[in-house]
Amino acid sequence: MAKVTVDGIEVEVPNGASVLQACEAAGKEVPRFCYHERLSVAGNCRMCLVEVEKAPKPVASCAYPVMDGMKVFTDTAVVRQARRNVMEFLLINHPLDCPICDQGGECDLQDQAVAYGHDKSRYGEPKRAVKDKDIGPLVKTVMNRCIQCTRCVRFCAEVAGTPELGGTNRGENMEIGTYVEKALTSELSGNLIDICPVGALTSRPYAFVSRPWELSKTDSIDVLDAVGANIRVDARGPEVLRIIPRINEAVNEEWMADRGRFSFDGLKRRRLDRPWVTRGGKLVAATWPEAFAAIAAKLSALPGERIGAVAGALADAESVLALKDLMAAYGSTNLDCRDDFAAIDASRPDFYRFNTTIAGIDEADALLIIGSDVRREAPVLNARIRKRWSAGKFPVGFIGPRGVDLTYPATHLGDTPAAMAGFVETLKAAQKPMIILGRGALQRADGAAVLAAGWQLAADVGALTPDWHGFNLLHLFGGQVGALELGFVQGKPLADMLAGGVDALWLLNADGFEPSRIAPGTFVIYQGHHGDAMAARADVILPGAAYTEKDATWVNTEGRAQRGRLAIFPPGEAKEDWRILRAYSEGVGKTLPYDDTNAIRARLAQASPVFARVGDVVGGGCTDTTAPAGGTPTDAPFVLPIAVYHQADVISRASDTMAECAAVYGPQPAMAAE
Amino acid sequence: MALHDRDRIFQNLYGTQPWNLAAARMRGNWDGTAAILARGRDGIIEEMKASGLRGRGGAGFPTGMKWSFMPKQSDGRPSYLVVNADESEPGTCKDRDIIRHDPHTLIEGCLIAGFAMGAVAGYIYIRGEYYNESVVLEAAIAEAYEAGLLGKNACGSGYDFELYVHRGAGAYICGEETALIESLEGKKGMPRLKPPFPAAVGLYGCPTTVNNVETIAVVPEIMRRGGAWFASFGRPKNSGTKIFCIQGHVNKPCNVEAEMSIPMRELIERYAGGVRGGWDNLLCVIPGGSSTPLLPKHICDDVLMDFDALREHRSGLGTAAVIVMDKSTDIIKAIARLAAFYKHESCGQCTPCREGMGWQMRLMNRMVTGNAEIEEIDVLENVTRRIEGHTICALADGGVWPVQGLIRHFRPLMEERIMAYKAQHTRLAAE
Repeated sequence: MAKVTVDGIEVEVPNGASVLQACEAAGKEVPRFCYHERLSVAGNCRMCLVEVEKAPKPVASCAYPVMDGMKVFTDTAVVRQARRNVMEFLLINHPLDCPICDQGGECDLQDQAVAYGHDKSRYGEPKRAVKDKDIGPLVKTVMNRCIQCTRCVRFCAEVAGTPELGGTNRGENMEIGTYVEKALTSELSGNLIDICPVGALTSRPYAFVSRPWELSKTDSIDVLDAVGANIRVDARGPEVLRIIPRINEAVNEEWMADRGRFSFDGLKRRRLDRPWVTRGGKLVAATWPEAFAAIAAKLSALPGERIGAVAGALADAESVLALKDLMAAYGSTNLDCRDDFAAIDASRPDFYRFNTTIAGIDEADALLIIGSDVRREAPVLNARIRKRWSAGKFPVGFIGPRGVDLTYPATHLGDTPAAMAGFVETLKAAQKPMIILGRGALQRADGAAVLAAGWQLAADVGALTPDWHGFNLLHLFGGQVGALELGFVQGKPLADMLAGGVDALWLLNADGFEPSRIAPGTFVIYQGHHGDAMAARADVILPGAAYTEKDATWVNTEGRAQRGRLAIFPPGEAKEDWRILRAYSEGVGKTLPYDDTNAIRARLAQASPVFARVGDVVGGGCTDTTAPAGGTPTDAPFVLPIAVYHQADVISRASDTMAECAAVYGPQPAMAAE
Repeated sequence: MALHDRDRIFQNLYGTQPWNLAAARMRGNWDGTAAILARGRDGIIEEMKASGLRGRGGAGFPTGMKWSFMPKQSDGRPSYLVVNADESEPGTCKDRDIIRHDPHTLIEGCLIAGFAMGAVAGYIYIRGEYYNESVVLEAAIAEAYEAGLLGKNACGSGYDFELYVHRGAGAYICGEETALIESLEGKKGMPRLKPPFPAAVGLYGCPTTVNNVETIAVVPEIMRRGGAWFASFGRPKNSGTKIFCIQGHVNKPCNVEAEMSIPMRELIERYAGGVRGGWDNLLCVIPGGSSTPLLPKHICDDVLMDFDALREHRSGLGTAAVIVMDKSTDIIKAIARLAAFYKHESCGQCTPCREGMGWQMRLMNRMVTGNAEIEEIDVLENVTRRIEGHTICALADGGVWPVQGLIRHFRPLMEERIMAYKAQHTRLAAE
C-alpha cells in the first residue's frame, strides 16, 4: 500500500495503482475521456492532468503510478489551465452540432465543456471533416465528432476480442475505422455506443429518436440470454426506445449483448394484444371471459393426467409458479420446462446451474467447453472468459463443430463426446478447472449420457471439491433456470406430451419446438406475447406481457434470481402472465392463493431458496459428486443450438433491427456465377 | 583551434575510402575489441561515464548513466540494444554519412554497447528512405558476421551478440524511442506512456536501451583512447567531438566532425566557407535541427555550440544540424514550413499535439501573408504554450519551439507584415 496525499487528503491505495485511482479514493473527481476502468490505459486525451509535487510538468493521472508519500494536487491553477487547454483543443475540430447530436444530454465532452470550456472559440480556421464509416446496422458513426480517445479501438481489441477497429493516418488526419469498410462482427458492438465519450458512435436504431431527459428509466433484467445482464429500459409513453446496461460486477460488469440491446423494436411488432379462440377451425378475436370459458370447458372435462403444461425460454418465475399451482389444482403433474428437449436433470440444482458463477471464471485456471458456442449463446459471459484468458495461463479446450471463433484461442479437441478424454490431463493439472456444457451437448438423444459424462469428467479431474464447483451448464434464455428451480419438470416429459400423452397442453411462452410435433387433436392453450409459429397452432391464445412489461423475477444461468420491472404496459388487452393465470383460476373455482405481487413472491421464496435471496447466488463447492443418471454417449457430433444469433427468440424474430443484422451477418446468398 | 585530423573519430566521413571491413580495419576499427570487452560491463560503463558523452540524438542525456539503468542481473527476460537510425529531423544528415561511409564504427559500437548493457541482440532501426544506406549496413554486418566479429562468441570474447537491421516506413515520430520500439514490434509508431521507461519495459516488454547512431559509433574510439581523451574536447559536461551538419545559406554546406563548444561563427566560417554574402548578411541560425528555436545574428556572433551554451539562449544543440539563413530569407515562411512539417508528422495520439499542430500551422500560414490581427500573434504564442509540456512525447515540444523562437526574436517583423497587409487591403477596399 502506498500513502498518497490528494489535495491534503491522505489516502492509502495499492502499489501500482494510478494517480487517478488515488484521486478517486480521495473523492476527487478527475475529468477524463480516454481512460476507462475496464480498458487498458491510453493516456492520450490529456484531460486528466494533475500536478504532482516535484514533477516538472503536469502528469496524466490515469497513467502515472503512485509512489509512497506522493503529493497530488487536482485543483490548482496549473491543473485547471491544463484542462481548459485540452478542452479548447478538443473543441476546435469538434463540430458544434450538439442540437442534432444523439449524445446530447449525456455527452462527456458536453458536460466537461461546461466546467472547462470557453463560451467563445479562438479558432477561426476551417474545421476538420472526416468521412463517416459504415460499421454495420447497429452502430452509427459521425466521425467529425470523434476525439480519437481510442476507447472503441481498445474495447474491440481487449474486451470483445474482435480487433477490427483501429486508427489510420497520422496527426490531425487520424481516423478511427475498420480500414476496409465492413460491419463489426462482435456480438458486443452495442457497448461501443456506451463507451464512446462523445457522439461519434451512437445507436443507429435510436438515431434522432429521443433525448435522454424525455425518457422514463426503469431498471430491469435482460432475458434474451441466460446471463441476466442488468439493464435499464428507457421508454417514452408506450414505447421502449432503448435498452442500456447497468453495472453489476458479478454478472455483466457493464457490458451487454447486442440481441438484448437492440431487439426491443420486436416488442412492438407481431404482438398478441387480445385473446383469440378457435371457432370453426379458425382463430377469431375474443374477449377474456370467452377465452377463459373455452379453456375451462375443455379442461374441466379432462382428468388431471391428460393435461400438460410447458414453460418456455422467456417465462418468468411468477407465472411458472402460478401455472404449476394451477396444474396442481387440476390434478396434473405433467410439467416440463425443457421446451427445446435438452436433457437437463432437474433432480439437483447443481446439475443445471452455472455453479462456478460468472465472477468465479476470474479464478478458474483451465476450461473445457462442450457443445457450446459461448460467444453467441452468452456474449457477455464469453467476454468474461476472454478477460480471464487475457490474464494468462488459462488453457481452453473446445468440443464442438470446427471453425467456431470464440475470440480467444481454444484447442479444438473434436466434435463428439469421446473428445472429452483429450483434455483430461490439462484439467487435472489445474487447481480450479471448469467445464461448461452448452445446450448443444444436451439437445440430443443421448443428452443425459453427455450430461453424466461431463459431470463424471468434472469429478475425475478434481473440479468438484468442497471449495470449488467446476461443473457448469450454460443456458440460453432468462426463463429457463427459474422454471427448473421451481421443479417444473414432472410427470410425462415433453416428448410424451406432444406425442398424444395429454389431451390439453398449456404452453407458457413455449416456442422452443416445432408446432407440428404436437399431436393432432391436442387442445393447445398458448400464453405468450408474440404471434410466432406456436400461436398459429393454438386453440386459445392468451396475450401475455413481454419482459419489459411486467414486474417479474428471472433466474440466470448461475441460479441468481433478479427482478425485472415494468417499464411500459403490455399492449392492448395483454396482461401480466401470472395475473392471467390467477384470474383464470378464480373463474374456475380453483383460486390461487395469492392476490398481489408480494404474495406470489412470498410463495416463490417458499418454493425455492433462490427466490428468497434475490440478486445473490448460492455458489459454493460441491459436496456430493454422485453423477446424474446417464448412459454411454454415442458418437454423434455436437450441433450448436443457435443457428442465427440475431434471431434466436420470439422478440428478436419480430425485430426489424435484428432482421437487418441477420441479413448482414447471417449466411450470405451465393453470388451469381461469373 | 581546429580539431586535428588524428582526433577525428570518423575517418571516412566523406567516403574517400571504401566502407568495407578491410578498409575499416586499416582505419583502426575492430582493433582489440575483445580486449575492450574483457574489461567487463562495469569497466566499459565507467569509461563511458568518464568520457562525459551525452546522447547525440538531441536530448543530450549522459550515455554512461543511461546504460547503467539496464538491469545487472536478468530476471529471465533478455535485454536489447536498439539503435535509432531513423534520422528524420529536418537538416540532419550525420547518421546517414556514418552508415554509408563508416558503418563499422557503428557495428563495433553496437557490440561494445550491447555487451555493456548485457544485451542479447541489437536492432538498428533505419529510416525507410535510407535504402542505399541500409544496403551498405546489411553488407557491413554480413562482413562482420563472416569475420566472426558478431554472432556467437563475437570477436572471440565468449559473448554472443546478434545484430539486426530493421527498415522503418518513414515517419518522424518513429525517431521517438518508445514509438520506435512500437514500430519495431510491428505496431503503429506511437509513443508509449512513461513510466515505465524502456530500461525497465522496452522492446517486447524487455529491458531496452535506445541510442542514437552517432552515440554508439563513437563508443569504440572512446574505449580505445580512453574517456579522458574524449572529455578533453569541449567544455565540461559538453565534452567530445561532434558531427555538425552545416547547411543553408553557406558557401560550402558540409558535414564536419568538430570539437564541442566550438563558437558558431568559427564553425560556419572555418568549415562551411562562411555565410553567403559575408557574416553581416546573416539573418539567423537554427542551431540544432528543425525543432530548436532559431537564434538571430546578434546571438550567433559569439555563441558556443554545445548543449549548455545554446540552452542559455533558450535554444538547444539538438542534433547539431546548423541551418543558416541569410537576409534573403522570409523567416516567417521558413518557420511556417516547419509548422507544416510538425503538423504532418504528429502521430495523432494525444490531444494537444494532434489538434494544436494544425491550429499552429494555419495561424502561421496566415502570418506569412500577414492576413491576421496583431493580437493573433499572442494567440499563436499562447497556443504553443498550451501544447508544450502537455503531451506524451517531446514531438509537440519540438514542434512549437521554432514558432516560439520566431515570435521571441522576430515579432516586429510579424507585426510589420500584418500592418502591410492591412494597409494594402484597406487601400484596395477604398479604391
